[in-house]
Amino acid sequence: MLEYDFMRNAFAASAMVAIVSGMVGYFLVLRGQTFAGHALAHVGFTGATGAFLVGIAPLWGLVGMTVAAGIGMGFMGEKLAQRDVAIGLVLALSLGFGLLFLHFYTAFATQATALLFGNVLAVDAETVWTLMGLGVITLVGLAVISRPLLFASLQPELAEAKGVSLRLYSILFLAIVALATAECAQIVGVLLVFTLMVGPAAAAQRMTNSVLPGVILSAVFSLAEAWLGITLAFYTDWPSSFWITLLSAGVYLATTLPRFARA
Amino acid sequence: MNAPMNASMNAIELRNASLVLGQRTILQDVTLDIGPHEFIGVLGANGAGKTTLMRAILGLLPTASGSIRVLGEPAARGNPAIGYMPQARAAVATMRLSGWEFVAGVVDGHRLGLPFLGKAGRMEVDRALDLVGASSLARRQLSQTSGGERQRLLLAQALVCRPHLLLLDEPLISLDPHHQSGVVELAKALQVELGITVLFSAHELNPLLFALDRVLYLGGGHAALGSVDEVITGPVLSRLYGSEIEVVRVNGRIFVMSGSHDLERDHRRHDHDHDHHHHEGAAHA
Repeated sequence: MLEYDFMRNAFAASAMVAIVSGMVGYFLVLRGQTFAGHALAHVGFTGATGAFLVGIAPLWGLVGMTVAAGIGMGFMGEKLAQRDVAIGLVLALSLGFGLLFLHFYTAFATQATALLFGNVLAVDAETVWTLMGLGVITLVGLAVISRPLLFASLQPELAEAKGVSLRLYSILFLAIVALATAECAQIVGVLLVFTLMVGPAAAAQRMTNSVLPGVILSAVFSLAEAWLGITLAFYTDWPSSFWITLLSAGVYLATTLPRFARA
Repeated sequence: MNAPMNASMNAIELRNASLVLGQRTILQDVTLDIGPHEFIGVLGANGAGKTTLMRAILGLLPTASGSIRVLGEPAARGNPAIGYMPQARAAVATMRLSGWEFVAGVVDGHRLGLPFLGKAGRMEVDRALDLVGASSLARRQLSQTSGGERQRLLLAQALVCRPHLLLLDEPLISLDPHHQSGVVELAKALQVELGITVLFSAHELNPLLFALDRVLYLGGGHAALGSVDEVITGPVLSRLYGSEIEVVRVNGRIFVMSGSHDLERDHRRHDHDHDHHHHEGAAHA
């Protein structure tokens, strides 16, 4: 299957995105902000469809919108980010606007499905390079802030007393999550971002109690699920996003089994 | 082994200090000195300003007027000489991390970069865990520890920077009497062994009686600092609470009563609804 360009592109793009999603997702799960990742993806849908309307690449609409929303959420602080009703309404509203933009630009109805559920087999070589660049930026950003971010996640009051600005790291981290979400949406779509951002990280945290092994394991799970999902899609002709969600849920369930065995 | 550089220097000095949160004046024009190597029990009703005072000492809340000096320097954020144990958060109980990682995340946590620890950093974590008798928790997951064990880990985090001043904010909340006495004994042992100053806030005086050198009682914007016999009296507490207070001593234990109510016990009930906390089991005097 690797003799096809689109398969090589799919594997390359998903490799970068899966590693980014797994690593960023580890901190997302640790901080209990998984819903924020989900929310950012929905907001990204509006950005992508809006980009169709004004004639720029949807990826940039997605990136611009999610990063702006992530920074906005960071500024509003953790208290607001945990208000279910407010987030839920913003999610619904942004999807509503996304629908409106599609209504005005009906020519690419298939684009909507690709945005919502992903279509990794349609990723072209140029997009692969763009995703590589964005991925490197995301990972470098995460690496630079990871130590104070971990401190602020484990013990915010003490971190604050030691001079760590909780708001600054909340904003920076959500901007990184937003970038990761935009990249992830290219592979599995905005509705299924959870499957690569949260599933592998949650499974990894069930497997190890340490940070570094957890981050690495999360990236490994994410990569394995993405590549295996694409391979299965190639041989079955079923959607790759379906296989990835199935594998993500399967791996997470498998990591919960030892607990039942003990009980 | 860890004595302050200047043994005669006051740990904390408040000079006509006022603290304001929003529109509310928490402390007004308070002047007091807390010396080196003192174990101070910080008491007062909820909202009396126990946490606010600690945040001001940490430099997280500027004084509205007057000044606060800590170990000879004006209170400023990021002071490495202060160890701080905030009130326990529920989120810690669900974290899928080991006790060791929980403490390790604090070492040099304010610096940018990857959270890798060198040999010195790892030894610092081991030392802090050892000091609080939590070495056996190093490999255990936080979600599988008890409330008392998590308090030890929080205390280990506070000790990582080798502080000269330790601020403990309500470490006894939601602990049963047996674990309460364990935490007080541990804090007292650390204060003596490390030669540091400890501020220990609590809802109740009795569990602290055997450990404390002096009491800092907050209420109505005022503060009273002195020995138990000086501060825990009807006239002093009546001024702090702004109502008639009676102090009853029974078998070495002290009850602060307003009319027929035990005030300390009432406050705790309202806030935490933990009915299993009884005075009887926590008697130490």
